[in-house]
Amino acid sequence: MNLDRRDFFKLVGISSAVFVLSPDHFAGAMDKPGQEDFSFVQMSDSHWGFNDPKINPDSQGTLKKAIEYVNSLETQPDFIVFTGDLTHSTEDPKERRKRMAEFRDIVSELKVKNIKFLPGEHDASFDNGQAFQEFFGKTHYVFDHKGVHFIAIDNVSEKTSTIGDAQLQWLSEILKPLDKESPIVVLTHRPLFDLLPKWDWWTQDGAKAIELLMPFKNVVVLYGHIHQENQHVAGHIPLYSAKGLMYPLPAPGSLPKRIQLPWDAADPYKGLGFRSVAKGTGKAGYPEYQLTGFSVVNKGGGYR
Amino acid sequence: MRYVSGERLTCGLLILLFLTFFAVNVWAEDQTEKVIKITAKKFEYSPNEIRLKKGAPAILEFTSLDRLHGFNCPDLNIRTDINPGQVSTVRIVPQKAGSYDFHCDIFCGEGHEDMTGTIIVEE
Repeated sequence: MNLDRRDFFKLVGISSAVFVLSPDHFAGAMDKPGQEDFSFVQMSDSHWGFNDPKINPDSQGTLKKAIEYVNSLETQPDFIVFTGDLTHSTEDPKERRKRMAEFRDIVSELKVKNIKFLPGEHDASFDNGQAFQEFFGKTHYVFDHKGVHFIAIDNVSEKTSTIGDAQLQWLSEILKPLDKESPIVVLTHRPLFDLLPKWDWWTQDGAKAIELLMPFKNVVVLYGHIHQENQHVAGHIPLYSAKGLMYPLPAPGSLPKRIQLPWDAADPYKGLGFRSVAKGTGKAGYPEYQLTGFSVVNKGGGYR
Repeated sequence: MRYVSGERLTCGLLILLFLTFFAVNVWAEDQTEKVIKITAKKFEYSPNEIRLKKGAPAILEFTSLDRLHGFNCPDLNIRTDINPGQVSTVRIVPQKAGSYDFHCDIFCGEGHEDMTGTIIVEE
């Protein structure tokens, strides 16, 4: 499927916060045979099980509304990825599994059945990802889609929220046979760079993963964890965080404490949302990624 | 050529000796490692504000009252696990005055994000 710019906007319906990755990021990454244009949706940090009416009086309905919105998109994405913190943490293993089962049932309402899941520390830190794996499979894996290599990295199951040497070795092996111009999308929960270590917005050994990715010219990293959009470039590698689906968090370092931002009755679901990622083809034949943000509900004009 | 009397010389030496003794004592006091005991429990450190003196070595001594926690102060490049039933120590000689935030870096539950504190290094 080849999409031109007009098709992109058609694809995303009510568009907002559109960001197109410049072809400069992808110099030399010409489309090759086997690559097609497509779109997918990133949803993140739904924290199913969270309950504080001051923060989100619709904690039971927010995820469901977002799913309805995804289902209403004119052109359905090829797949959907959840980048962690599917559930809110609980030390009770039984309750953890109950939340995961409920979450799984809710997302089964998505029209698109190709769904990829990553864990966040709320899902996986207490039991090294055991419950997560029972419900959603491996915590780190790869898959190819229409010529793009997707790599899901688990940076939450280790007790200190690190990637760990074993997984870094796995990543190194995964990357070894790939052409340096291969399009790669890395999916993860926590930022792989030092966004704000004092708020635990980092991955202690994330720099090692970036170092392994650095020889590749066409890499994009999509992550969650910080419950807001943020853009950062490490060398030539852009890293983008997504909004959450339960509560927003302050901009990095903007408040003394990293508190959950309270609900705004005048603007319900403010700061919450999901996004569409459309892989297209730029003017010179370079792959182009268009990120488009959506609110939880269709407000008729985007979420801002 | 003027000669200094023996009395004056003795007096001068005594003053010099006293000043040296005083300076060594002050230096030694500065170099004595101050031990600060810190407890960790869900989801707080006690105390959560630690005052240190620039250049003066200190030992931070951690114990956990419930489960495994972490201590991480990225700007001072110090961290440790805090295991229940064990004492974990971190030695620090702060080189720069300022305020440095620390946090628990081992996910410990719903209030984990609130488990923070500050090290204040004074001149």
